[in-house]
Amino acid sequence: MAQTLLQVEDLHTQFFTSRGVVRAVDGVNFHVDAGETLGVVGESGCGKTMTALSILRLVPDPGRITSGRILFRGKEVTRMTDEEIRDFRGNDVAMIFQDPMTSLNPVTKVGNQIEEAMTAHERFTKVLARGRVVELLKRVRVPAAEARVKDYPHQFSGGMRQRAMIAMGLSNEPSLLIADEPTTALDVTVQAQIIQLMKQLNRELGTAMMLITHNMALVASLCERVVVMYAGRIVEEGPVEQIFRSPQHPYTWSLLRSVPRVDEARKERLVSIKGLPPDLSHSPPGCKFHPRCPFVIERCKTDPEPPLGEVGVNQVARCWVLMRNVKEEDLEVAKTSALSKEAAERLKAPAAEVGGNAGS
Amino acid sequence: MAVIAGRPARGALLPPQLRALTGTRSGALAIFVVRRILWMVPIVFFVIVITFTLMHLAPGSPWDKGGGRQLSDTVVNNLNIRYGLNKPVFTPWFDFSTGHFIPFRWDDQFKLYIWNVAHFDFGLSYQYQGKTVSTLLLESWPYTATIGVLAFLLIIPIGVGLGVVAALRQNTRIDYITMGFATIAASFPNFVIGALMVVAFSVLAYRATGGNFYLPAAGFAMDDSLIMPVVTLALLPIAYTARLTRASTLETIRQDFVRTAWAKGLPERLVVVRHVLKNSLIPVVTTLGPTFAFLVTGSVIVETVFAIPGIGRAFVVAIESRDYPMILGTTILFSLVVAIANLVVDVLYVFIDPRVRLT
Repeated sequence: MAQTLLQVEDLHTQFFTSRGVVRAVDGVNFHVDAGETLGVVGESGCGKTMTALSILRLVPDPGRITSGRILFRGKEVTRMTDEEIRDFRGNDVAMIFQDPMTSLNPVTKVGNQIEEAMTAHERFTKVLARGRVVELLKRVRVPAAEARVKDYPHQFSGGMRQRAMIAMGLSNEPSLLIADEPTTALDVTVQAQIIQLMKQLNRELGTAMMLITHNMALVASLCERVVVMYAGRIVEEGPVEQIFRSPQHPYTWSLLRSVPRVDEARKERLVSIKGLPPDLSHSPPGCKFHPRCPFVIERCKTDPEPPLGEVGVNQVARCWVLMRNVKEEDLEVAKTSALSKEAAERLKAPAAEVGGNAGS
Repeated sequence: MAVIAGRPARGALLPPQLRALTGTRSGALAIFVVRRILWMVPIVFFVIVITFTLMHLAPGSPWDKGGGRQLSDTVVNNLNIRYGLNKPVFTPWFDFSTGHFIPFRWDDQFKLYIWNVAHFDFGLSYQYQGKTVSTLLLESWPYTATIGVLAFLLIIPIGVGLGVVAALRQNTRIDYITMGFATIAASFPNFVIGALMVVAFSVLAYRATGGNFYLPAAGFAMDDSLIMPVVTLALLPIAYTARLTRASTLETIRQDFVRTAWAKGLPERLVVVRHVLKNSLIPVVTTLGPTFAFLVTGSVIVETVFAIPGIGRAFVVAIESRDYPMILGTTILFSLVVAIANLVVDVLYVFIDPRVRLT
């Protein structure tokens, strides 16, 4: 069993707004082992990014971590002094952000931005850091790296900027790299290259990775374990093959059903999840997913939220029903009715076409 | 070299020897500066055209004595001949009423003035016998420029400093005090501030200390008599600069790349200096050019309140007495100051923002 690198216990991150308290992260427990890749999936606004920012204590105003523990190699992150947290960021845990277009400083040379990530910590001397910049850019496959270090971000393409971000994240050889939707802003061919790159780096350097995404394909190709988040809570967690083969929470099931899969039977329709994630300042009572759940029963609305229960080897899910208990005919109804007329219209032409092809 | 359709390649119109220069950054910059300086010639020409037209459209003549005894026709005639005002103001090339070309003549007032300006001769002043406009400008401008430059030197540290501090400590007492001061400074007219300062630091301070400590209420010397005019002049631009700096810095603090900088583990000082300020001060620099031009061209009010023989007052007096050459000379000087200040800002831009390309 690998050693536990990061342990998050009962983390609550809340935003104190004029509309009330927004519970962005609401009692999250998970861990990352050394060298492991963990996927964190969920729709937009379900607390994935806030969980990651909480780990680095970078939650923006007016939010803050209200309770819970974040242990990195046994050290409590929430109690670190300013100097300790500064040295922790980028050195022990590095983060790659969503939008490579805005995440680099436009008026500083790319090489200098990578270099200062190293000189901020004591691992490399200034001279060594300067030499490593080219090496890092080469490692993330930036062509003509020697000349490119003197370029500014606007002279880089989107994919190259994301590579520069990854180089920056890896510069101190952190034990954990948090990648927040590293491929969403990129086009598909570049996405594939970045995924290949991250896979390779994980293998070569043994860096543990926490991959935040809503892209199921990315999770399938990169991760060993998956955490599914909904409305600031973890609803399912388990090894990636198990989650893909037999998801037990209806939300996970719907997420997996909502993307086309090459290996699935062609007659299966794509499922869209009805409605929107709840307003996190006024979450629904009971199970937070019940208003959108196709398999909802009375108990989901009245009883308090179900606990994370063991549903398989190393797999837990937060549901009263569980997918394996759903009747075959209900499943068929959910599959066919899930792409309702309105939803199909809303998805517009290209998405509807995919659905149509799958149906024919 | 790629050529964008409909747009000539850079340096396409330059002779081959110069075209090679556009390849290097400093060469491109040099060509840019030279071109902008050459552009000042048509700019000044049009400033002259507009000023000349407005000046002669305004009723009255330089020899009118407001209210009092008027000069006799003979004297007016002699003066007109002496200063060339007997010549036509401007002779067109074509007469629309008759449809005939008019024989070209060089000796109308406008063309003569342009000819003289081309030879750096700005003419004789009407108000002061025998003094050239150049002499008058050289006499009065140093006073104004000294005060203006000193005021400008106050704006950079104080205006920018207050703005940055207010932004970094947003919604704290420091922020409220700074912005309260900026609002008050921006809303008080400077003749009120000037007069209040004279009362406080000259009159009351003199009385309270029995004449041991006070600031001179008027006059100009390179001593403490500069303090009050400089402060009065600088207060308003300081307030504006502080507000602009604060707004720009607050916007930058929320940018993604600042979060990246924190996530790298940079200390706060480096996050602020290298990432926040390097970006947030770009718009501030843009406004500092026009601010500098505004300051060194003088404030009539400040010069009047503190009795400084500067160019701001000279300009107003020249307008009142229809001293045409003086009006034109001052306007040309002001337009050059504005053009040069803007050129300096544009050149600075190249160094502070790598995204800017010289065109």
